[in-house]
Amino acid sequence: MPSAPRTLLDKIWDDHVVCTPPGELPLLYIDRHLVHEVTSPQAFEGLRLAGRRLRRPEATFATPDHNVPTTDRRLPIADPISKQQIDTLRANCREFGVRLFDLDDVDQGIVHVIGPELGITQPGMTIVCGDSHTATHGAMGALAFGIGTSEVEHVLATQTLRQAKPKSLEVRVEGSLPAGVTAKDIVLYLIGRLSTEGGVGHVIEYTGECIRSLGMEQRMTVCNMSIEAGARAGMIAPDAVTFDYLRGRDHAPKDYDAAVAHWEKLPSDPGAVYDRVEIFRAADVVPQVTWGTNPAQVTGIDAAVPDPAAFADPNDRSSAARALDYMGLSGGTRIVDIPLDRVFIGSCTNSRIEDLRAAASVLRGYRVAPSVRAMVVPGSGRVKRQAEQEGLDRIFREAGFDWREAGCSMCLGMNPDTLAPQERCASTSNRNFEGRQGKGGRTHLVSPAMAAAAAVTGHFVDVREWHYK
Amino acid sequence: MQSFTTHTGIVAAINRANVDTDQIIPKQFLKRIERTGFGQFLFFDWRFLPDGSLNPDFELNQPPAAGASILLARRNFGCGSSREHAPWSLADYGFRAVVAPTFADIFFNNCVQNGIVPIRLDESDVDELFRRAGAAAAKGGQYHLHVDLKACTVSDDAGFQRSFAVDPFRRQCLLEGLDDIALSLRHTDEIAVWETAHGLPAAAH
Repeated sequence: MPSAPRTLLDKIWDDHVVCTPPGELPLLYIDRHLVHEVTSPQAFEGLRLAGRRLRRPEATFATPDHNVPTTDRRLPIADPISKQQIDTLRANCREFGVRLFDLDDVDQGIVHVIGPELGITQPGMTIVCGDSHTATHGAMGALAFGIGTSEVEHVLATQTLRQAKPKSLEVRVEGSLPAGVTAKDIVLYLIGRLSTEGGVGHVIEYTGECIRSLGMEQRMTVCNMSIEAGARAGMIAPDAVTFDYLRGRDHAPKDYDAAVAHWEKLPSDPGAVYDRVEIFRAADVVPQVTWGTNPAQVTGIDAAVPDPAAFADPNDRSSAARALDYMGLSGGTRIVDIPLDRVFIGSCTNSRIEDLRAAASVLRGYRVAPSVRAMVVPGSGRVKRQAEQEGLDRIFREAGFDWREAGCSMCLGMNPDTLAPQERCASTSNRNFEGRQGKGGRTHLVSPAMAAAAAVTGHFVDVREWHYK
Repeated sequence: MQSFTTHTGIVAAINRANVDTDQIIPKQFLKRIERTGFGQFLFFDWRFLPDGSLNPDFELNQPPAAGASILLARRNFGCGSSREHAPWSLADYGFRAVVAPTFADIFFNNCVQNGIVPIRLDESDVDELFRRAGAAAAKGGQYHLHVDLKACTVSDDAGFQRSFAVDPFRRQCLLEGLDDIALSLRHTDEIAVWETAHGLPAAAH
């Protein structure tokens, strides 16, 4: 008997439910578990206290990223508490037999950059990490989501998670991507329309011509920010783009053709039903800039900061007023008139080689404005090496950017890379929350090309009109 | 995990939507490797002025919220980062329940893992609770709520009572303070069967 048409989510979910004990939540098998220094120490300690071991150490991969300095790696870590946290990760990996990509390893980097880059992330897998941006891996057709530290401990001990099945939300982006508009603009636009909680309880599957036309790394940028719309995860059906990307990577399957034959069965069946569908047109998207303190407070480069009084909903109105107060902006200010002090290119959203190429192509032959301090932090040791082989580091340095070592850096400012109070930053990261990049710091989220252009002009500028040299 | 059956406590009302976990506990406190002692850092950048003194404008520092153990909040509470340090800091400060129209998914799960009951009520009911808390504060008093996890109700002593929904398994874990890893380890045989069926070698432990 033919089974009912299923979505990509249905197929991965069905394949990973170990059992649903009566009166309990299903136990979902977890294929890959990524671990970093900030959300894991208490989980390992919990295991130690209970006398438990890792069920499947070979399914677990660790790297320090959140808290690491991005300056010279040969120097000792100056902050003793940061050092202790990284040393703790090292000791835990040794004790429990976990593969660690340490600071001196070219494979070290932001956990969501190295997973796909090393081929650890594969279509059809369930992947978790104690980090909300784990949805990044969904770009390869995996079900990947962030978990808390108690759940990290649960996965370490059992290789499973207790999970209720999330609802499915198809976000279809029709038409082709307009010139000068990037994956970052698409996802910021979508968050602005869906709201910060529009995806709560759902896994988003991004579909449509625009999404299909994106390269692998751009797809990661889109899926990465699913959490910013509240979604549990984001995913994109695997296709030739995915298979070409993964072929030959260190951890890719040995029998690659057999794996591809399996992965080709993953995309949603024709007629599969989603719990919800939202449809957008790529033609409506222009380069995006956030003006507030959550990622849904966003508008086009051709627009102005909104007047809080214009919001119908009282919660939205008070949020906007509070955000503008924090951001030091007033309603009606044109986005292109907002001056900048800092530019940050990096983070699990936009620190891959294609992001650096996009930014470098804008910067070629230009200098950073005298009023701006700019830095670029590659997502991994491999991205950094590749960029240096292509001469991108020279373009950044000659433009006046700092060229750094891999890590999360000023996306969350756990390491010394932070904004000073009231400093205003164009950032390619994912969150513009109050204090995110440093207490009192003011963050505007943009694409790498928009950040690079803003670094040169000292204020936001429409990169669609950029004069490339 | 600390069990939860019923609890009556003072309500602290934080009247803003989209309170993210970066606000609940800023990143400079995530470097600790312990699970305890985070209450002193709760809402740090809102609670304290740059000179380290208490910010008198922040709701949690005002007399109606003194000794509070139930947090009343707006939409999408706990959004953003997955940091479990957020419920750790809430619990360590003394909070046992959070009432809001909606919660972010990861934060919701992290709460129930730490003996905090996240209670979803209709927005109109949350509006009503803000009104009642505000009225009590205007008279110089404090507002109390009673949470009964066995009956799945939240009520006050002036006629407000609503039911709330909670997953039966999560509810049982909270009521009994169960170690859910121990529960899952009861299914090791089924996990091994799954692994074999998917071509994986035998697990290490």
